[in-house]
Amino acid sequence: MAMDLERVVEQARETFESGGTRSYFWRRSQLRALKDLLHEKEAAICEALKLDLGKHRVEAYRDEIGFLIKSVDHALQNLKKWMKPEKVSVPLVAFPTTSEVVLEPLGVVLIFASWNFPIGLSLEPLIGAISAGNSVVLKPSELASASSKFLATNLPKYLDNKAVSVIEGGPLVGQQLLEQKWDKIFFTGSARIGRIIMTAAAKHLTPVCLELGGKCPAIIDSLSRSRDVKVAINRVAGAKWGFCSGQACIAIDYLLVEEKYAPFLVDLLKEKIKNCYMRPADLTRIVNKQHFQRLREMIEDPLVADTVVHGGSLDQESLYIEPTILLDPPLDSEVMKEEIFGPLLPIITLKKIGDSIEFLKGRPKPLVIYAFTNDEKLKKRIIEETSSGAVTFNDAVIQFALDTLPFGGTGESGFGKYHGRFSFDQFSHRKAVMRRSFCLEFSFRYPPWNERKLQFLRYIYSFNYVGLLLLFLGLKRCSST
Amino acid sequence: MKPEKVSSILTAFPSSSKIVSEPLGVVLIISAWNFPFLLGIDPVIGAIAAGNAVVLKPSESSPATSSLFARILPSYVDSSCIKIVEGSISETTRLLEQKWDKILYTGNAIVARIILAAAAKHLTPVVLELGGKCPVVVDSDIDLKAAARRIVVGKWGTNNGQACIAPDYIITTKSFSPKLVDALKTTLEKFYGKEPMKSEDLSRVVNSNHFSRLTRLLADEKVSGKVIHGGERDEKQLKIAPTLLLDIPDDSLMMQEEIFGPLLPIITVDNLEESFDLINSKPKPLAAYLFTTSKKLKEKFLNSVSAGGMLINDTTLHFTNTNLPFGGVGESGMGSYHGKFSFDAFTHKKGVLHRSFVGEVSARYPPYTPRKQKFLKAVLNGDITDLVLSVFGCLKS
Repeated sequence: MAMDLERVVEQARETFESGGTRSYFWRRSQLRALKDLLHEKEAAICEALKLDLGKHRVEAYRDEIGFLIKSVDHALQNLKKWMKPEKVSVPLVAFPTTSEVVLEPLGVVLIFASWNFPIGLSLEPLIGAISAGNSVVLKPSELASASSKFLATNLPKYLDNKAVSVIEGGPLVGQQLLEQKWDKIFFTGSARIGRIIMTAAAKHLTPVCLELGGKCPAIIDSLSRSRDVKVAINRVAGAKWGFCSGQACIAIDYLLVEEKYAPFLVDLLKEKIKNCYMRPADLTRIVNKQHFQRLREMIEDPLVADTVVHGGSLDQESLYIEPTILLDPPLDSEVMKEEIFGPLLPIITLKKIGDSIEFLKGRPKPLVIYAFTNDEKLKKRIIEETSSGAVTFNDAVIQFALDTLPFGGTGESGFGKYHGRFSFDQFSHRKAVMRRSFCLEFSFRYPPWNERKLQFLRYIYSFNYVGLLLLFLGLKRCSST
Repeated sequence: MKPEKVSSILTAFPSSSKIVSEPLGVVLIISAWNFPFLLGIDPVIGAIAAGNAVVLKPSESSPATSSLFARILPSYVDSSCIKIVEGSISETTRLLEQKWDKILYTGNAIVARIILAAAAKHLTPVVLELGGKCPVVVDSDIDLKAAARRIVVGKWGTNNGQACIAPDYIITTKSFSPKLVDALKTTLEKFYGKEPMKSEDLSRVVNSNHFSRLTRLLADEKVSGKVIHGGERDEKQLKIAPTLLLDIPDDSLMMQEEIFGPLLPIITVDNLEESFDLINSKPKPLAAYLFTTSKKLKEKFLNSVSAGGMLINDTTLHFTNTNLPFGGVGESGMGSYHGKFSFDAFTHKKGVLHRSFVGEVSARYPPYTPRKQKFLKAVLNGDITDLVLSVFGCLKS
């Protein structure tokens, strides 16, 4: 098994070094092939996601298949532009010189995908890696085994399998992969594993991109229009229970609201759950027994159990946890210390909504901060006084779909960004290139040093062209190139 | 510092998006001894411009500069958020145990691995500015006088070869090498006189450790008899004369390690295209140089060789264009800085999306009816026709 793995990596490297992945035509052909896979295998992908997570077809399309089609299209439309060297300006003193930044593939990259959006989180970075001209080894999560199998079976049928390989397996395979030398490692998952990966990458000086998580809060301000309130409730509920049952790095983790509005908020959410989130068929189940147990322990903590105001029932057999609302669980309980990654929604009450800024300070930086408010001053304070991967006002999760916004964390929620052009850049080396001519030699560049030459340098660095002109007696021109 | 407006897709209409540049927090800059002032202050400029608090740890191998920083910086900058920590290995180790929001390190690949492993514990992103063996490929159809000057100043005129982007070794054709060697010798004499050991225009070797290291490279039996110019040493003054070597074997120490000193091996090949294979057989360097007038060779060089940066018909100068990112790839490092890239290196690019409450699409939410599914598909595919049809219930599933 280890030998096969080494052979796979070796082949990826040989293919890269032979130049097989660098041409525009190759990259375009692979992106088109991915698009074909997404269209032709839609049913099979939905089936795999149903098996792994009980995901509804609509969630599967909205969050994974449709999302990926959009990403591939965006890459296909922009690939030529992205691949083009970027001309860079040069100061007049360096005339005649041209400078540019050339985007170069890094080489052989390793992508670790997570289990909650097992197809999306495998193929979205893959799109970036291929667009940038790399060879890729993809390791899907073993916790989503049907999706992993789907990728291992189907990617080789559509893509150039000398350049793109899928390696299935668990932590042991992950460790074996980390012993190899990579030109980049892209990881989506938990901070704990992120540390392990970065430590392993350090041995080879491999740059990494870590897409982690955190507790994404949603600040709920008072909204004067009832229509706004209705929409806000839709979006909050959707970003928790309608989004992989809260098992997502950008799902809303908990709410912050002024204590006087809390009962009203709880009632609205309860009603929303009754109307939209009661049918198990519409809800993704908990991925496995281990996560189910983790969430069970969160609710069953006696100090937390008392704060359940809705839901709380669990069914281990079907790995189903009812959409649950908690009102002011203790801040030092597991459910408020750890990323929930499940359908439990704590509501934390504050005296005034502005206190939410203080609340967030000193807590690990999350991947996103959400705020539902029409108060421009509060919005400004949130942008300027808090830190997170991203901020979204008056909606949730949807920022994920925008190719023009960098998607990534900061602090404990990770580093590096991707999506759209940022994916291409993430898997590229920006090589600085300067071209000089033999004409125009300046003797002040060369020793032996003297005060006059130093004076030239002073003028050069301060772009003092008049001063330079006056000193230009030593200019030497050459007769041939 | 200005937020950057970006476009939003139709699917998210109505909305507005921008990217806000946010300071990372408290950053650690560990600098090197060879350009101790530059490599200390240059990253600090970026860190401050981006709004961070900074701790600078200058190299202990340049103690005069290190203590200069400690003495004078506090009287110029806000010393409550810009601090100097002097010291060596133990102080650096203790600094690395702290939690930083970013670390920028300039130095060698061995220490870089230690720093990256320490950063991993706190998930701290890093910029590593390392080195490598920067090759100079020299073609025959060039202005040899100008090329020789540019090579010599890039090597010996840049801290006597103790620079991460100094030319490390030359590759040229067998037929051209005698002319190149002559031109280099002539230029060396022009710049440093007949007795370069007495020239005041050459930096000395930084300390006795590095002097021993360079002596060891010269003492390697694999390079014996290959010195064609220079080779004089003065341990007391820590001086080594500009030294040229011809065709030393690839498995010699000097061809396996970054030289970082005034020794310049010249490797000859039959055909210049072979030079690219030689360069690619070694770890990716911080810079790679080519002297040629051949457009074909330039393109081949750019496409076949990977390095942090590349310069055609000159050496080291790309460092000074602040519009170019300065950084390595592979063993020569990760991340880049200079100019706006410095600002960006110490910044978190925060995506901010403002959505309106108007334009609610019920298809986003369960229960998921077939009609909702059609609508959603149309929205995601950006298909206006299907969108309109599904709204009016005209689409078949």
